[in-house]
Parts: sequence; structure tokens; C-alpha cells
Amino acid sequence: MQLEELRFGTELLKRGFAKMQKGGVIMDVTTSEQAVIAEEAGAVAVMALQAVPADIRKMGGVARMADPMIIMEIIDSVSIPVMAKVRIGHFAEAQILEAIGVDMIDESEVLTPVDEFHVDKSKFKIPFVCGARNLGEALRRTKEGAAMIRTKGEAGTGDVREAVRHMRMIMGQIRSLKGMTDEELTKVAREIEADYELVLECRDMQRLPVVNFAAGGIATPADASLMMQMGADGVFVGSGIFKSQKPELMASAIVEAVNNYDNPEKLVEISTGLGDPMKGIDAGTLQEGEILQTRGW
Amino acid sequence: MVAFQGDVSEHVLAMERALGGGGSAVEVRRAGIVPRCNGIVLPGGESTTIAKHLARTGVGDEIRAAARSGVPLMATCAGLIVISQEIVEETRFLPLGLLDVRVVRNAFGSQSESFEANLQVEGFNSPYRAVFIRAPAIVGWDAEVDVLSRIEEIAVAVRGENVMGLAFHPELTGDLRFHEIFLDMI
Repeated sequence: MQLEELRFGTELLKRGFAKMQKGGVIMDVTTSEQAVIAEEAGAVAVMALQAVPADIRKMGGVARMADPMIIMEIIDSVSIPVMAKVRIGHFAEAQILEAIGVDMIDESEVLTPVDEFHVDKSKFKIPFVCGARNLGEALRRTKEGAAMIRTKGEAGTGDVREAVRHMRMIMGQIRSLKGMTDEELTKVAREIEADYELVLECRDMQRLPVVNFAAGGIATPADASLMMQMGADGVFVGSGIFKSQKPELMASAIVEAVNNYDNPEKLVEISTGLGDPMKGIDAGTLQEGEILQTRGW
Repeated sequence: MVAFQGDVSEHVLAMERALGGGGSAVEVRRAGIVPRCNGIVLPGGESTTIAKHLARTGVGDEIRAAARSGVPLMATCAGLIVISQEIVEETRFLPLGLLDVRVVRNAFGSQSESFEANLQVEGFNSPYRAVFIRAPAIVGWDAEVDVLSRIEEIAVAVRGENVMGLAFHPELTGDLRFHEIFLDMI
């Protein structure tokens, strides 16, 4: 066995990494103390941030990649994978995150976009996750090299309705491909501005070609169960943990809820005595300039 | 198929292909099922998460009892960590101690150090393409444990009496030779 025969950064390794996250909860954290709480609760990974989405909303201004110092401290404090966010299209931030040694990059609408083009993710050794509201968007990101898709939802609101809408849209569009002829698929691919081969794969597999997580507004065990029942492979919880009254309890409860998503009796037990979830904002009351999900295309 | 977390569906598909209709794979998320199975697979995922679910549900105790009574067990990546005898410098959880090996978690580093490699495997007449994702390394083993494959001085595939431990992911490539070894153990 010669070490020079090793191959790094292949598509199989990137998608494989994402598959290892299935059935898990990925939690937003801003300090190493929070990262340890997330790991102890059973999170499969943490997302290292300068501020959770709910605070990014409040602060306003330009939201950028986190300070490398924060990310490195979090990497040193836990054994589970660490992810971090870059602005849509900001490939230099992505290069910096890769150099720091994060395990996955989230090209995220929560930060302020810098380009109409998304990052060419195939140029990186580490995998990316990207947000999507519909099948076309999910497949455009997959074509650019994303190894994981997540619903955009409406981050930082604690209101799961937009994540539900996006998951319903993606799954419904995949179901509608069933039984279509190749000509019909070509038409769909053109209409949704997606690669034909990827549309074909969705028709045949009846799922996205990559792992598909729910994100954006998940704040309770019931929210997590709802998203899993709708077909999510796992969930991201952003502000929902550390903006709740008892983060340790909420974190464990959401991990357990993902595992028992189809067991209402067990969910009663899991949902009991958790204190107040994050207060949140009704996503329907947001003004146009406050909506994050429309960033990117 | 221990199904709390990780790439469970890939394992189920690979196993059903290897079985070719001669049996079926069932997903286990609660106690009461393992004692009725005649083989157990622990897939890859995050070992801290899987260990937590095993302890909380009692499935970990069932696996320990079954493996000690001779039921064949195949554990890959995170699964290997969970069933090992000792995890170097790990205080977050205790392994089940079903395979007498000492492992290091994330031995190769972060995801950018994850790799594919062609392995020479004892008993295989051609190289085996293996996928290592934030993989563990087996750095010590009991004399009773057979090393099937290694990368330099570390072992990456080992076999005890009824337990096989793999540091890589046999479910992510189409090559089912390790699945066949496992099925022969049943």
C-alpha cells in the first residue's frame, strides 16, 4: 500500500461525508462551550458561526464568514465535524474555510450574498451544503458540486412554515416526475433550469441525488418530526437551540425526536418539560427586505 | 442493521444485494429486535451520536449480549469505534468492548484528509477500493485478532472470532466481498 495511491476530495468522498450525517441533527453554535453542549446532546456536527441567524437579523449590516479564531476554537473543542458558512458566491471565504480545516462549507443565504453566481464547488476538496426552495434550485446547486442540499426555510424566525413549503415543493416536484417520458423530462429540465441527467436521476430514484436536510425555522422536537416525516434525511437547527430557555434540554430533545420522528407516544415524553422554545417571528409578517430565502437563485 | 444514524439505507441496499433474496435486512431503532437477528451490522455515522442512542435505548446491551453469544457482527467506521475495546484519548463515551482492538478516532484528520485507496486484502485476489471518511485507525490488537488489511503500520480491516471491524465503508462502493465474508460467518 503506497501512500501516493491515495485519492482525496473525490465526489464519492464528498457525498459519502454527507451520507454519514443522515438521521442526525446539525446545530448552530457560536462558542466552544455551545459546541460541547451540542456534542453532548448527540449532534452529528456543529455549524460554527459568529452569530446565530436570529441575531444576524437583529443586527442588520453585512453578514460575513465568521472570524477564523472562533471556528478554530470550536474545531479544537469537539470531536464531531465542524461546518461553517460563506456568503453566496464568495469563493475566497470558502478557500479560507478549507485552509482552516472545516469539514463542510455551507454556502448560505443567511449571510449577505456577493455574486449572482454561486461558488464552483467542484473546485474544492471539502464538501458543500447549499439551500434550495425547489427542485430546480436543488439540482443547480448539485450540478455545481454541492454534496448536500437543505431547505432554505426562513432562517432565524423559529417559524417552520417556509421549510415545510420548500420540502413539500421539492418532494412534490420529484413525485411528479414519476412515469414521465424522456421528452417530458427534457421539457421539465428546461423549465426548472436544471441539468437533464440530474432530473432523470430524480425520476428514477424518487429522491434527490444527494442528501437532503431540512433547515430554516426548526425550533421544537415536533418541528423536527414534521420535517423527517416529510422526507428529510436529517435536520439543521439554527437559532432554535441557543435561543430557547433550556438549550441543553432542547438540543437532546431534538436529537431524540429525529430518531423517534414516527413515534408520537415517544414524542410526548421527548417534548415534555423543555421550557420555552425560541420566541421567534411569524415568517408571514416579514417585509420584503427582511426575507433571506430569496437570496441566490 | 443498527439504524439510529448514518448511512443506513446504503448498508441495507448493499446487504440485500449480497443476500440475493436469501434473507432480509431490518432496521433497528429500539430494543427487542436484535435478539431475533442472526447477524448484526453497525453502519458508519457519528460515533458519539450512535453511542448515545445505543446506551439510551438499551440496544447496545442487546448487541453486547448477542455478540458474546456468538452472533456475527460487522462494524464499519463509526461502528468499529463503538464496538472496540479501547478508544485512544476518548472520554466522551465507553465502547462496547466486543472486538479486542485499540482505535484512534479521526486518525487521518478532518474531511479534507478523507481518501480513497486500493487495499491489499488477505484472501482477495485483486485490490479492494476502499473509501475512508474521517476514518478511525486500528493501532493495537490482540493476538487472537486477524489483520485482513493494513495501510503502513495501522490495521484497517480485522476479524475476531465472530466480529469483523472495518475502518472504511464497504457499503459505498459496489464491491461486496466484505459482505460475503460476513454472510459466510452466519
